[in-house]
Amino acid sequence: MADIAVHEEDHAHTEHGGYDDHVVHATSTGLSNNKLAMWLFLGSECLLFGGLISTYMLYRGRHEGGPGPSQIFDIPLTSVSSFILLMSSLTMVLAVNSAKRKDDRNTNLWLVVTALLGALFVGGQVYEFTAFYQEGLGFTTSLFGSSFYTLTGFHGVHVTVGVIMLLALVGAITRNRVTGDKAEVVEMVGLYWHFVDVVWVIIFTLVYLIPS
Amino acid sequence: MAIIERPSAVPATVGAGGTTELVTPSRALGAYRRPVSTTGWKSWLFTVDHKKLGIMYGAVSLFFFLVGGIEALLIRLQLAAPDNTVLSAGLYNEMFTMHATTMVFLFVMPMAAAFANYFLPLQIGARDVAFPRINAVGFWLFLFGGIFLNTSWFLGGAADGGWFMYSPNSSALFSPSHGIDFWVMGLQITGIASLVGAINLIVTVLNMRAPGMKLMNMPVFTWMVLVVQFLLLFAMPVITVALFLLSFQRNFGATFFDVNQGADPLLWQHLFWIFGHPEVYIIILPAFGIISEVLPTFARKPLFGYKFVVFSGAAIGFVGWGVWAHHMFASGLGPVSVAVFSVATMLIAIPTGVKIVNWTLTLWGGKLWFSTAMLFSIGVIVLFTIGGVSGVTHAVAPSDTQQTDTYHIVAHFHYVIVGGAVMGLFAGFYFWWPKMFGQMLSERLGKWNFWLMFFGVNLTFGPMHILGMQGQPRRMVVWPEKLTGDGFFDLAFWNQVASVGSFVIAAGVLLFVINIFYTAKKKVAAPLDPWDARTLEWITSSPPKEHNFDRIPTVHSLDEFFHRKYEEVDTENGPKLVKVKTAEEVLAEEEANADHHIHLPSPSYWPIVLALGFPIIAYGVIFNLLLTIVGTALVLLAIFGWCLEPSVADDSDYDPPAGGDSTKELATLG
Repeated sequence: MADIAVHEEDHAHTEHGGYDDHVVHATSTGLSNNKLAMWLFLGSECLLFGGLISTYMLYRGRHEGGPGPSQIFDIPLTSVSSFILLMSSLTMVLAVNSAKRKDDRNTNLWLVVTALLGALFVGGQVYEFTAFYQEGLGFTTSLFGSSFYTLTGFHGVHVTVGVIMLLALVGAITRNRVTGDKAEVVEMVGLYWHFVDVVWVIIFTLVYLIPS
Repeated sequence: MAIIERPSAVPATVGAGGTTELVTPSRALGAYRRPVSTTGWKSWLFTVDHKKLGIMYGAVSLFFFLVGGIEALLIRLQLAAPDNTVLSAGLYNEMFTMHATTMVFLFVMPMAAAFANYFLPLQIGARDVAFPRINAVGFWLFLFGGIFLNTSWFLGGAADGGWFMYSPNSSALFSPSHGIDFWVMGLQITGIASLVGAINLIVTVLNMRAPGMKLMNMPVFTWMVLVVQFLLLFAMPVITVALFLLSFQRNFGATFFDVNQGADPLLWQHLFWIFGHPEVYIIILPAFGIISEVLPTFARKPLFGYKFVVFSGAAIGFVGWGVWAHHMFASGLGPVSVAVFSVATMLIAIPTGVKIVNWTLTLWGGKLWFSTAMLFSIGVIVLFTIGGVSGVTHAVAPSDTQQTDTYHIVAHFHYVIVGGAVMGLFAGFYFWWPKMFGQMLSERLGKWNFWLMFFGVNLTFGPMHILGMQGQPRRMVVWPEKLTGDGFFDLAFWNQVASVGSFVIAAGVLLFVINIFYTAKKKVAAPLDPWDARTLEWITSSPPKEHNFDRIPTVHSLDEFFHRKYEEVDTENGPKLVKVKTAEEVLAEEEANADHHIHLPSPSYWPIVLALGFPIIAYGVIFNLLLTIVGTALVLLAIFGWCLEPSVADDSDYDPPAGGDSTKELATLG
């Protein structure tokens, strides 16, 4: 923990004295514009998922004419894919760490691993959706079905966008086409990635683990 | 004079302190030249300058204001006579839906964005916003979203479910045309514009203030815009969810709001109003900010209780999240919810009342100058208070259940929106026009403009209180002659008064449009500081230079510009304010000490290309999913082009290439 704390401080220092000073002038908050913007965007995203989760919680018990949550969820399978997604947060941290050490090779390595784990999670979701569909839960089967697919689908799209961002970043780093501070760009993609992860923890708990 | 540096061929060095890293600002994708023109139509199409974008926001919003106004006049024409047939019932539904949607989403919100874009960086002493390209994409999304929404008129009819779009009227069964699909997708597009704009302006205010510009030194307009951006940041995603659910229902067979399938139609109402009530404050707070600038200027004394005005604005922003269900008192929420939301709604009147008191006390004892901007601001105090008082009565749930869906509600919210927000924006036009264009709007025409609008508003919306109390329902296409009654409560008479009033407002607005052309034709240069103003935006030339300030001003106090002009001198009769410098002298001082390394972000093709992808996606969702793929491809291409593009142009993009011994710095990512 202490190590991470020192590292954060160290980073804040270089950021203040380095890149941002070079741009017009140091920012009033000391936080870079890009990072502040990403935090604000994620704050907005909380409300997006808040709305979707509320919709699901309202409708999860309404599944006349189709299978309900307890009949259809395969907890062990989803637990494994959840674990995979959580591990991708670890590899993302390693990527950010390498980027701060200006170690392009390891940054790329961990970014690719993170993208692969993310893709594996999306693959698991595709498999899950297919299985559910074959068991009789379509998008329009019941309110439970519509709200389940909408909520998890939106999350899946977020992960997919994250994977695209990771791979694009790998391409940009390899060809030295990153505009601005490279470590910060990696860190920003990391912020997004961790957010998507945290949202999944909430979805997994509310949707899969707590019985309706 | 400051030198605006063109980029040199020397690669910039990013990251000082030994950790040097080369960044090559080469052409993005290497395939095209960046736009670099500073004049002509290209300089507008690809601009990232917050002032140009502000003017474009303003021009487009003004156009939509006229469109929404014509829709309003058609509504009033239809209601000018008993059993009238100007509009069919179906067309009438489309008309009131689009009138509200246009006025809220395509006029008041973007017009506030116009002022925010133009003046927020100037008021905090910045050279541009934090993310200039994102600023540009916000404008283009708003423009294309607005055009997309209005093409529904020609493609099978506009939305007809009211701007609140309640279920079941929003379902394909009750509204089989594509109108509501256009409405949903159009609002999604303008919603993205609001969201990115909010992020951009919050970062700008928090991060890019001039030295010494503490949060409590910021002008009230900037403060109110900041509060509004936070409201947008958290309100837009909620309406986004609601719109997605509705479009999944209409296009993909889901049943989120279909009672027959066991759904709960209250879900829409909650989601809509959790967005919708903060939206009310999104509409009004910028106007509050504008008149908080205008009143002290023309009363020639500082704003009374600056901190109270700022904190009550922030308080409105917080409490505004806890009152949404007062729009739903008639839907049977249960006594506890109704009581809680009723009390919360009464509470929010307190910070609003604080502001009214502060404005009034700002006028008290001031040397009042009744310019047009001042008249509009006083108009806001009067009319908003009338609308606010009837608003508080709606907080009383038993009384509200009687008034719900009557013209009494229509009267209330038009007093606060037209009397408050729109009049406030007009105060802004007259106050800031000389700053934006270097020319004074005619004060004589302006005063006619004001009085016509002021009487027009009272003539139109005043009688609606009576109509509503008599029980005339909202959104009824006709009022039958046999039900009009007689004497004071003659519905026919008051409906006709309201219709006449609407044309009086229209005449006022027409005078404003005439005033614009008249002023542009007359070409009389405005004085540098025509109002003896107080805040930073007046410390620069009119219109401001591309880089806003030759020297980034150092701020020492609230009303910085005023304190540079005036100093307190002790006399026998106590301390007295004496003018020690003219605006010209203040400006000359700034110009003499100009900064040397000013760099500005370069124009870019990508914002407009990115924005163009969205209406294509939207048409695709409605007509043919293949189009969606085309639109998505365009969006992806633009995002990649955007990310690979350095924010400052390369030398070889210029024709002839810019030479350079100048040093070059990279601007922020943006």
